[in-house]
This record gives sequence, structure tokens and C-alpha cells, in this order.
Amino acid sequence: MRMMTFARRCAKEILRDPINLSFGLGFPLILLLLLSAIQTNIPVELFEIDRLAPGITVFGLSFMTLFSATLVAKDRESAFLQRLYTTPLKGFDFIMGYMLSILPIALGQTVICYLFAIPLGLKISVNILYAVVGIIPMAVFNIALGLVCGSILRVKQVGGVCGALLTNLSAWLSGVWFDLNLVGGFFEKLANVLPFVHAAELEKALFIGNLQLAASHILPILLYCVGTTIAAILCFLAQMKNQ
Amino acid sequence: MQEIKTVALVKWYKKLTAVDKLDLEIRQGELFSLLGVNGAGKTTTIKMLTCLTKPTDGDAFVGGYSITAQPAQVKRLIGVSPQETAVAPNLSVKENLELICGIHGFSKEKTKHKIQELSGQFALGEVLQRKAGKLSGGWQRRVSIAMALISEPQILFLDEPTLGLDVIARHDLWKAIRALKGKVTIVLTTHYMEEAQALSDRIGIMRAGRLLAAGTVEELNRRAGTENFEAAFVSIIKEGD
Repeated sequence: MRMMTFARRCAKEILRDPINLSFGLGFPLILLLLLSAIQTNIPVELFEIDRLAPGITVFGLSFMTLFSATLVAKDRESAFLQRLYTTPLKGFDFIMGYMLSILPIALGQTVICYLFAIPLGLKISVNILYAVVGIIPMAVFNIALGLVCGSILRVKQVGGVCGALLTNLSAWLSGVWFDLNLVGGFFEKLANVLPFVHAAELEKALFIGNLQLAASHILPILLYCVGTTIAAILCFLAQMKNQ
Repeated sequence: MQEIKTVALVKWYKKLTAVDKLDLEIRQGELFSLLGVNGAGKTTTIKMLTCLTKPTDGDAFVGGYSITAQPAQVKRLIGVSPQETAVAPNLSVKENLELICGIHGFSKEKTKHKIQELSGQFALGEVLQRKAGKLSGGWQRRVSIAMALISEPQILFLDEPTLGLDVIARHDLWKAIRALKGKVTIVLTTHYMEEAQALSDRIGIMRAGRLLAAGTVEELNRRAGTENFEAAFVSIIKEGD
């Protein structure tokens, strides 16, 4: 109950920020529209809507990292958390409160991206539902990464690290904008070590109903999801102690 | 009757001694001000008494409970308004109050009643639907103190409540704080002498983490052999050099 009260507050803080809405939701939709327009004029296999839409949903999740990191860093700097540390809320309530408030926003963003892609040519099928469910571990990873950054960085630093660096990393290393095989070498190896390309491939696989292919990509994402969540818990509790 | 008692309370931050063997007694129902220049150890003392930071050595008893051994019991007795405004900026004033009610597990009925009560007490009616982050500093401080009072605390900690406020906002807030006197034990930190003088039953003067003197304004004036409190403060601080 207490945790949900805190979670509702976090969701309101994020959703009432017009910059969050325009970047988190607007930007992925604009990208979908632009790349679809390019695809119409200059057909590229990579930008076909049934490949593009799943990739864009994964890219959109990088904004969840920015949301969670900014919220935690702001709460720390404004002493809002300090106030709440003197209430009956426990460390678990805070961590779950932050995560549970952003997860529905992440899923909402994914659903809106897929719905937006339908008039652009995306076929309606039950696989969209599987793709929405399949994105949960990657969403948790992104939110937990935000908690890590928000617990150790200041608000201004969060803007640079999560707003610029991470969104670019997610974009470049997910294989959404270009085929990683074409670059090859260290870049491709690095991309395969990180979860972004696996998340994009998982979404694409779920979308075409290829569960075997999906299964091959889920394990690295789950590992990152669990590892980052543990890191988030440790970092948050450490900053709580430092307060 | 003692509400707060510190026993040789010490806090070190690496090589810096923020609070040095602090022995302090605060009586039930009084408004006690910790007065000192920046870096005197006032906020660190409050942080220890509110269980936000653990003492390096010593202990303190808040409402009879140890801050080191019984922090959960201590937290049930206290309300805190931190130095920064500490409100949720994108939530309305009403939602901020509702949030704290929810965190303390209040029913809908009790939440409604509490918001009405605090709105009246702090004249928040006109700003209740406005976003807290859009309010002036003075209003935000009022909201912050109202939030601290939601849990009906036995002891209220106000850390530099009027820092950065203009004269009018400061006097308005003093009025609100005076109205609380006697209903709840208040521990206030400030570096404004006139604020300590205007509000406090007793004042503790701190410097470099040590309590140099404590008493009423008259007692401190007598001790320093001065006519006015500012001179007494300067004299006591210099005595401690």
C-alpha cells in the first residue's frame, strides 16, 4: 500500500513533465514516421515496418533509463528522499516504487509504438501482444540502470550520461539503424556482448512468431536484467545510507 | 520532562569532526533552537536525531528511544522538514499532503480530515490545487512543514526553515511556527539570531560541532554579561575559540 502510494507519485512526476512526454513518446514516433517515409521512397530491408517497429520500441526504452535516473537524482538533490527516509517507507518500498511506476509507462510506450505502426503497414496479429510481453525484461533492465545512475550521479550528470550517452549507445549498438554485420569486428562483438541488439532481435523474433530464435536472445537480456537490478538495489541502499 | 537527550554524541566525516561530544537536553513541548554559523554542526545533529545518519560515537534518546538501537520507534515519533523544500514539484499541494498521508497508511476519511485541518492551520486553501514546484519559497516551506506535521509527530524538526526567504515570508512562517508551540516539541536550526530570539523557549549555541551554551535568551545574556542577544552570541562564540 505504502509502496504503491509512492509508485503513483513517481508516475505522476514523470507523466506531468512535458519534456519527458515529448522525448519519451514523441521522439520514437517521429523516428518511426521518418524512417517509414524513407523506406517508402528508398526501400531498405532494415526499415521495413515489421523490423523497424520492434527496433524502435527497444530504442524507446532508453528514455525509461533517463526518466528513472532523473527522478531519483532530483529526489536526492531536493532532499525529498531525505524527508521520506524519516517515514515508515523502507528501502524495498523505494526501489519497487520507482520500478513499478515506470514499468507501465514503458509498456504503454511500446503499445503506442506498435499501434502507431499499424497505419504505417504493420500487420495486426497476436504476435504484437507477445512482443509487448517480451519487452518486459529489457524494460526492467533500463529502469534498473536508471536507478543505478540516479543513485550515484547528480541531475546534470544524469542528463549527459543517460540522455546523450545511453540513448546513443542503445541506438548504435542495437542494429536498428544499420546492419551490425556490415561494420563487423570489435563493434559487432561489443554489440553482441551488450543487451541492446538481443532485445531488438528478440522483439523481431516474437513479432514473426519465431520462438526458437526468440529463446536464443532472451538469456543475455535476463542476465543483464537480473545483474542490473541487483546493482540498482545495492547502489540505492548505499546512497540511502550515505544520506 | 526530557523529550530529547544526547549523550556524548559524535559524528566524524573522514577527518572532519562535525559534532563533538554533544550533551544536550530538550524538554517536552518546548521550542529549542540550535543556533550557530555555517558548519557549526546543527544539520548533522538534526540528521542524527532523525536517524538519517548514524553517530560515530555516543547515543541520543528521542522520546525515550535510542537513535542507534531503536530507529524505527524514533521515526514513529518525529516529523522532519529538511533544509531544502523537499516537496514533489509536479504534484499539487493537495497531492503532496495526500502522498504523506498514504505513506503513513491513513484512511481516505482521515486523509481528507487531515488535509482540511492543515490547510486551515497553514492557510493553504488558495494554493491547494497548484503545483508545489511552482510556488514561492515561502509557500513551499509552509507546505513542507505541513507535510512534516501530517503524522501528528510528538517532535518536529525544522532545519533552517526560513533560509533564503524574504522578510515578509519569514514573518509569516514565524507566525505559523509560533502557532505550533506547546502542541509539539520543536527543534529548529537557524543561523539567524533574531529568528532564534523571536521563536525559542531555549537556545543552544553551537560552534565547530560543540555546544557552547544553552538557555533562555535572558540566561544567555546574563552568562555573557551583555544587554542584547547579538552581543551575547558573539561573546559566547569568541569564548569558545
